[in-house]
Amino acid sequence: MIGRFVPVILFLALGVLLAVGLKIADHKTEIPSPLIGKPLPPFELPVLGQPDNVLTNDDLVGTPFLLNVWASWCPTCRIEHPFIEELAESGALRVVGFNYKDELDDAQAWLARFGDPYEITLQDYSGRYAIDLGVYAAPESFLVDANGTIIFKQIGAVTPEVIRNEILPRIRK
Amino acid sequence: MSPVKTIFRGTALLLTILALASPLLAQGPRGESKEPLVFESAEHEERYKEMTLELRCLVCQNQNLADSDAPLAQQLRGEIFDMLQDGKSDEEIISFMVERYGDFVLYRPPVQGNTLVLWVMPIAILLIGAITVAFTVRNRSRKLAAAQNKENN
Repeated sequence: MIGRFVPVILFLALGVLLAVGLKIADHKTEIPSPLIGKPLPPFELPVLGQPDNVLTNDDLVGTPFLLNVWASWCPTCRIEHPFIEELAESGALRVVGFNYKDELDDAQAWLARFGDPYEITLQDYSGRYAIDLGVYAAPESFLVDANGTIIFKQIGAVTPEVIRNEILPRIRK
Repeated sequence: MSPVKTIFRGTALLLTILALASPLLAQGPRGESKEPLVFESAEHEERYKEMTLELRCLVCQNQNLADSDAPLAQQLRGEIFDMLQDGKSDEEIISFMVERYGDFVLYRPPVQGNTLVLWVMPIAILLIGAITVAFTVRNRSRKLAAAQNKENN
């Protein structure tokens, strides 16, 4: 008697499995960062366009900030840029730029064209420090708290929803 | 010249041309002039090959580092090469990757809490299948036996 229901139960179980799969399929390319909860890896990077002005962690850490990884070759960076600008202008959070594997001329032209909301922009021409950050595409953004700990990572565009639901609540705590 | 001889000569000529051309063909289509890596030892090269096969390319996620042409994959291969030159062990190199990109970079994730389902599921499904088949077969042979008994009586 019970045997008759086995196919139905199996069918339902499969249905649930596939539904869950569909639900998470959108986020499949987002790799959870093992750096959440860890300190920002130590860096030594020049400010964009100022090769002699090399900064380290101590120059940035102190109050929370958003480290926004962008490049002129990255189309999605353009999409998120107005929201990054809005966030920076609101004064709710410091926003630091991280120019990733970009030519200096292109990067500066990009900022001139789309606006420069960044407190400062670090230049990682080789992309070597980005490896320490686990960056694998642009845009990515890291929320760093006052102690220099990475508390959140956004892979892909920072949208108003992300700012409202993920970023701002975390710094209000 | 006999037709057989012509065919024979033609084939020989073709094979010669192919043999001469094949090294060129092997390099041709890619069109990349990447400098070949010069390994300190055959052992390094072996370890490099093994690791790039085991590590996932983060950009094109269904390729390993060895296969991928993505700039990040090339750069990570370079990092692996440099670490080998620096005398790092396989464990050190793998954990360098895992610290940055998580277990996701491993094509063979470690058996631990959050990957248990991944490892146990195939075995579990296989077992369920085997049990189902065993039951079905037994039931059928019983029914068959019962039916035959009836006939005989």
